[in-house]
Amino acid sequence: MSERPIIQAIEVKKIYGMGEISVAALDGVSITIDEGEFVAVMGPSGSGKSTLMNILGCLDRPTEGHYILDSEDVSEMDRKQLAGIRNRRIGFIFQSYNLLPRTSALKNVMLPLFYNRNHKRSPEEREAMARDVLEIVGLGDRLNHQPQELSGGEQQRVAIARALVGDPVLILADEPTGNLDTRSGEEIMGLLHELHQDGRTIVMVTHDPEIAIHTQRTIHLRDGRIEKVVNNGSGSKPLEGEKVRHESR
Amino acid sequence: MNLAELLLLAWESIGSNKMRSLLTMLGIIIGVASVIIMISISSGTEASIEEQITGLGSNLVYVTTSFGRVGAARGNPMGGGGMEGGLIYDDAFAIADEVSGVEAVVVEQSSSETVKAGDVTLDGVTIVGSTADFPSVRDMEIDEGRYFTQQEVDRTQKIVVLGHTLAQELFGDADPIGQTVTVSGTKLTVIGVFAERGMVSGVDFDAQLYTPITVVFQKFTPAQFARFIGDRVRVIYVELENPEVMENVIQQISFLLAKRHDVSLEEADFTVTTQQDIIQTQEATTAAFRNLLAWVAGVSLIVGGIGIMNIMLVSVTERTREIGIRQSVGATPDDIRWQFLTEAVVLSLVGGLIGVLAGVGGSWIFGTVSDMRTLVVPISILLAFTSAAAVGIFFGFYPANKAAQLDPIEALRHE
Repeated sequence: MSERPIIQAIEVKKIYGMGEISVAALDGVSITIDEGEFVAVMGPSGSGKSTLMNILGCLDRPTEGHYILDSEDVSEMDRKQLAGIRNRRIGFIFQSYNLLPRTSALKNVMLPLFYNRNHKRSPEEREAMARDVLEIVGLGDRLNHQPQELSGGEQQRVAIARALVGDPVLILADEPTGNLDTRSGEEIMGLLHELHQDGRTIVMVTHDPEIAIHTQRTIHLRDGRIEKVVNNGSGSKPLEGEKVRHESR
Repeated sequence: MNLAELLLLAWESIGSNKMRSLLTMLGIIIGVASVIIMISISSGTEASIEEQITGLGSNLVYVTTSFGRVGAARGNPMGGGGMEGGLIYDDAFAIADEVSGVEAVVVEQSSSETVKAGDVTLDGVTIVGSTADFPSVRDMEIDEGRYFTQQEVDRTQKIVVLGHTLAQELFGDADPIGQTVTVSGTKLTVIGVFAERGMVSGVDFDAQLYTPITVVFQKFTPAQFARFIGDRVRVIYVELENPEVMENVIQQISFLLAKRHDVSLEEADFTVTTQQDIIQTQEATTAAFRNLLAWVAGVSLIVGGIGIMNIMLVSVTERTREIGIRQSVGATPDDIRWQFLTEAVVLSLVGGLIGVLAGVGGSWIFGTVSDMRTLVVPISILLAFTSAAAVGIFFGFYPANKAAQLDPIEALRHE
């Protein structure tokens, strides 16, 4: 695995409010995450992990400091540019799946391609790509199901397929198993490990140490600062599951 | 995103909540339909008025008493405070005798009386006193019997010709010819019935009763000073030999009457009007009416637009989560703005289209079930449709902008 850094956060601060009453949600956080790493972020509520994820996901900008994503400084970008970065570089997996209701799995997965300005593809092309990733996550037979017709685990798989379809450099998972029962949660973790095996860079927020321990590193946040970074071993420990290979794109 | 994709997206969103979409469009549908129906009614009315007026012939000149002037200028020794002056019966004979280029002269004087026949009594029936050429000049056709002659007019014969509807009201299916009607105590013998003529300038020709003008003078509008100044008449119709002599005849009549009434042309107690003048006045009136209707309909379109804005605002709030999801996968503020704007415009256009269909259908139904004539004007469809689109853009902009400015983090957190 190469040592190319995907995430370089340098003294990132996020301060809400002004002057005396200002509160620093992030108070100088510096992290480097290399390509192909699987990293967990842990911390109690109010520790700043949501703020960090929002900044890493380009949903928000740091007040101070720099965030360099895949050798591109995104800390000064405007809303439109950030939208483009989210579209092409980042894949989100949320705790509550965040799929469009009354919209088929296929259409949900096609959504990021729909907003891609740099690479316009025909509807047929997009559909073929969405179909491919849905097959990778094991939902090849559920293409036309709407979210409300799918189980929680299946909905999260659709969300993972959506995160993958644009071939992003970074996958951000915010408590991906938080809404799932143990078995479905394990399946989703299995899927994330497979993605990691394939060389994906994944940053995952979790509050469950059992889950965090399966990643390579755990970053512990407290009061807007990094408390400690724990190495969980050289490689992540995948759960038992079918190995899925995909073509390098 | 290209236009086709935007339209498809808007269409899917509209289709996914049909009831809400229909309610949103309702204002526009009603607005557009009412624009079309109202304009079609006023155009229909305009067209039938014009047809009826021109049906009377374009070579007709009207001489009427100009009431504002009556009594002002004529130093009549019998002075009765504004009661003297104006056109008299003899003026008509003078015009017929002295003005060249005149084909026929018809005089009219009317009165409102109670009419009885058998056990039917009708109040407020208009009695039109006239002369022999009345049917040809006013484009009336006899259905049964005959009209009276000039000799009968001169001899003050107690005879009457009935309007079509009036005849039915008085006698039903029975033959009215030879029957007697009593008009405010005077017995008149029916000698004819007119064919249907309809409304002309707000007057129902079928509900009137027509007698020799001399009978009206004698029985219904006896003038106090008739012996000295002659019997007063409401209007004198002068039919010309051909329309080319119009200007000349108007001048001749003006000079003749001014001389007879002993007034200058500037302070004449009569007015000479042509068919053209009347059509123009009528057109101005109906145009004003039509403009008023168009404004009313325009206001309802705006109300429809406000309805769209309302629902779109609710929709933006309701779909905040959806907006957040779209933003998280890379939708720019512009993408979101266009999505909602397209949706508002598509809603308005679909509403406009339904409105056009409803308007055209409504006009047809209106024209069929009521007496009113309707005429769908193509420009009104275009007008209604484009204003619907404009309304959609205008009132869709604010909600679309609001959606575009949502913060993705807040939007994703929205329940």
